[in-house]
Amino acid sequence: MNPLEVVNPVAATGLFSYAWLMIAIPLVVAGLLLIVGRAGDAWGHLLGAAAPMASFVIALLLFISMLGSGDGARAVSVGTYRWISAGSWTVSAGLLVDQLSILFALLVTGVGSLIFVYSIGYMREDPARRRFFAFLNLFVAAMMILVLADNYLVLFVGWEGVGLASYLLIGFWQERNSAALAAKKAFITNKVGDLGLLTAMFAMFALFGSVDFSTVNAQAPAMPSGWATALGLLLLLAACGKSAQVPLQVWLLDAMEGPTPVSALIHAATMVTAGVYLVVRSHAIFALSEPASLAVSIVGLASVFAGAWIGCAKDDIKKVLAGSTMSQIGYMMLAAGIGPAGAAFAIFHLLTHGAFKANLFLGAGAIMHGMDDDVDMRHYGALARAMPWVFATFACGYLAIIGFPFFAGYYSKDHIISAAFGKSPVFGWLALAGAGITAFYMTRLVMMTFFGPARHLPGVHPHRPGPVMVVPLVVLAAASVFSGLALNGWIQGWLAPAVGAEVEPSHLLELSWMGAVTLLVVGLGVALGVVLYRRPIAQQQPVSHNFFVNAGRNELYANALNEAVLMRPGQALCEGLDFADKELVDGAARSSAELAKAGGGVLRLAENGYVRSYGATMALGIVAVGLVMILGRLA
Amino acid sequence: MNPNAYIVLSSILFCLGLLGFLVRRNALVAFMSIELMLNAANLSFVTFANVHGNLDGQVAAFFVMVVAAAEVVVGLAIIMMIFRTRRSASVDDENLLRH
Amino acid sequence: MIPLVTGQAIAFWILGPLSIAAGAGMVFSRKPVHCALCLAGLMCCLAGLYASLDAPFLFVAQIIVYTGAVMMLFVFTMMMIGVDSVDEMVETIKGQRAATAIAVLGLAVLLVSAVGHGILTGSQGLAQANGQAGNVRSLAFLVFGRYVFAFEATAALLITAALAAMVLSHGEPLVGKERQRARLERRTKEFAATGADPGPLPSPGIYARHNSVDHPALLPDGAIADGSVIATLAARGAVIVDKGRLVAPTVRADQALADVHDEQHGILPGEAELSAAPGEAELSAVPGGPAKEITP
Repeated sequence: MNPLEVVNPVAATGLFSYAWLMIAIPLVVAGLLLIVGRAGDAWGHLLGAAAPMASFVIALLLFISMLGSGDGARAVSVGTYRWISAGSWTVSAGLLVDQLSILFALLVTGVGSLIFVYSIGYMREDPARRRFFAFLNLFVAAMMILVLADNYLVLFVGWEGVGLASYLLIGFWQERNSAALAAKKAFITNKVGDLGLLTAMFAMFALFGSVDFSTVNAQAPAMPSGWATALGLLLLLAACGKSAQVPLQVWLLDAMEGPTPVSALIHAATMVTAGVYLVVRSHAIFALSEPASLAVSIVGLASVFAGAWIGCAKDDIKKVLAGSTMSQIGYMMLAAGIGPAGAAFAIFHLLTHGAFKANLFLGAGAIMHGMDDDVDMRHYGALARAMPWVFATFACGYLAIIGFPFFAGYYSKDHIISAAFGKSPVFGWLALAGAGITAFYMTRLVMMTFFGPARHLPGVHPHRPGPVMVVPLVVLAAASVFSGLALNGWIQGWLAPAVGAEVEPSHLLELSWMGAVTLLVVGLGVALGVVLYRRPIAQQQPVSHNFFVNAGRNELYANALNEAVLMRPGQALCEGLDFADKELVDGAARSSAELAKAGGGVLRLAENGYVRSYGATMALGIVAVGLVMILGRLA
Repeated sequence: MNPNAYIVLSSILFCLGLLGFLVRRNALVAFMSIELMLNAANLSFVTFANVHGNLDGQVAAFFVMVVAAAEVVVGLAIIMMIFRTRRSASVDDENLLRH
Repeated sequence: MIPLVTGQAIAFWILGPLSIAAGAGMVFSRKPVHCALCLAGLMCCLAGLYASLDAPFLFVAQIIVYTGAVMMLFVFTMMMIGVDSVDEMVETIKGQRAATAIAVLGLAVLLVSAVGHGILTGSQGLAQANGQAGNVRSLAFLVFGRYVFAFEATAALLITAALAAMVLSHGEPLVGKERQRARLERRTKEFAATGADPGPLPSPGIYARHNSVDHPALLPDGAIADGSVIATLAARGAVIVDKGRLVAPTVRADQALADVHDEQHGILPGEAELSAAPGEAELSAVPGGPAKEITP
């Protein structure tokens, strides 16, 4: 593989010196909202929604000033200070604002702001709305630390921070047992991934003496290829945990227990893409190891199908979308594994996906809101007329995700498919098939939700969301439509210095055989969905004997697998260790205690309590000492 | 006159005191034996003062006397108290120390 | 050379064996009082030995502090916890005798053989150390000079010991002292309940031959007043209960009164009865004019 040219960031001046405010504002607001308590209930949500907007404004200003500067001056390092100093190595903490991180910052704060506004309406009835906004702000702050970090250790702080925020928000309705369990599951599964990141950092310290992105990137080519593969696989493990990729995907579906804005922001648009960010950020390492890159692509492809499979089988609207998220992130991982060319497309798809998936989730949230928090699509139907705005915006998201021409997904996904063909025809055809399945399950979702006869439960009367929820939907729908068009010709060039890619020309409508086949496959998927789900749908989920259906409904038996492969042996190991501890270690300890006790029992006979006896002992002792002294002199 | 004779006398008196302490059960007599041992030590001090030709030994003996007086006061008070509560002056009755 | 026999040697060879004998006596006497006596004698012997070692101050201090103060305290304590007890010399602790024998003999051999031959030079004597000032003043210079801190510390120790002795020997009463009003109320109640005499107990011996505490008081009719002798004395049998002797003066007084009465009515008094016990009549101290008239 070709070592990449490393772009050294320039020092921060002017506006860039205030980049830390993007983190500080949400963080301070989060702390404030938690501290003030009930006193902030009246205004907490407004302050909470204002914080990411402020960050967004700063990010936008930075972005504009970066647009104005040259390629060499676009990567800016901000406020480096010594954080940990131990012996021969030091860790500095600083921010890196470059082409990649500013796009993420815009996505997090931009989509975040819209979701915050939406949440004002969505969480209106919830007594703990202020706490919700505090946690959301905590998440934004942590996510900004993650994307703006200039070394892996600071990134890890953000990484754990978003994990914490995710845990808090999945379990936001902690009075529900299922939510509490889901939060725990997400946290624990993420820890498995964190182990990979930690180990990777240890290895970096050992290999390079530093975890700075610039140092690691600069010194990576000198590293033995075995180490490159090991580092790559460890980072992939971390990415799998955070991005819910196979085999650590189990937590994402349960994470839908959280409030829907959380699902939109954290579990669709931003946090789950942190894994892709990590892989793209570490491109220098993956570039040196073909097996690691291949593993990334394979994991991505596996996730594409795993997610799609689940999406086809589930009746819970949020879980279908969660499966879809897993699948789409699988596309990003696939692209990220392909190499520098794919990395830019991965980020491209990440951005467009952030927009349209947030749109879809918020739409789903609006539907749930109108259907008394029912998530079962079998109880929907005929909602197109009941909620026209929701339907219109949802349709934009739908067309974007299936890759309808000129919509966002069309550009980003097609690029990935073509890049996959460039890598290997197997990857290409599989990616293509994935696109078809995506079209199918999304069509299924739309058909079941918006069309057909109403299958509403008794007493449910769909009502339309208020403007505070509709406005963000409209903005996100616009983004779903136009972000692809806007970014298509530009993003490759923009990201080239950060991901080390070479720019390939791309056009608004590429008339290649691949594009045509893709459109054909997508059309087939849509057609199949329409044909299958025009038929009447049972209000109860029918029992199925089809293995594929049952596997999808049971999330590919991942829970059972984890339980059988990891949990039970782990429990057995723990029980064994417990037994060994009790019988061997404790036994040894107890035996020594018994020995001492027995010795004490013997010595106790000397303790008769008689002063005269003690006096005799003392006198004998004096005689003995005197004898020893005299004999010692004589000898 | 050989000063060693005084030392030998002092040693014998000390051993007598020790013997008394170890065989007598009466707390008062045991206490007297302790006084005897202290006095034997005092005799040594005074002898050594004489041998070395300075007065420090005598000062030491003087201090021993003072301390012994203090000790007697407290010790006898304790014996009184024990007698008052247990109606016995035997040191063997006070063997609660082993518990 | 004929060894020069000095006063020191004479004192040592007299007082040394004496002190050992006294020590042995202390250890082997079965009566604590004898032990104390032996110890006191031993202290005096030691005082003499100090004197023979040019320590006149310690000679005096030994006698005053030990024989005077410490031994007095011992005897005093002994008095309080039973003077007349005799110790059993039977050994109860197993192996104690053997251990004692080994320890004492071993220590004796060790001390005599090791320390007892430790002084290789002769005595230097204290003439130079005492100098012009003399022994007491020289000691004072040391005690109030070089050893002043130790001296002050022992002063503190003595004060603490005195306090400790007070605290230890002080027993807090279990019930508060009965005040006058409470006593009055209690006695009145008892009188109401049982008819017990509410007045104070009679003093002892007022109407008896001896005005002393172990003689009971007599009632005007010559009967013994119960409760006029304290219970302890009564229990010990110290009370004279020869009722005839006690009552005799009363009887005589009655007789004398009768005689006077008879005299006034022409009857002569019986002289023989009066001369039988002239001293007793004198001591009876029976108040009242008629009794005085009959005293010779």
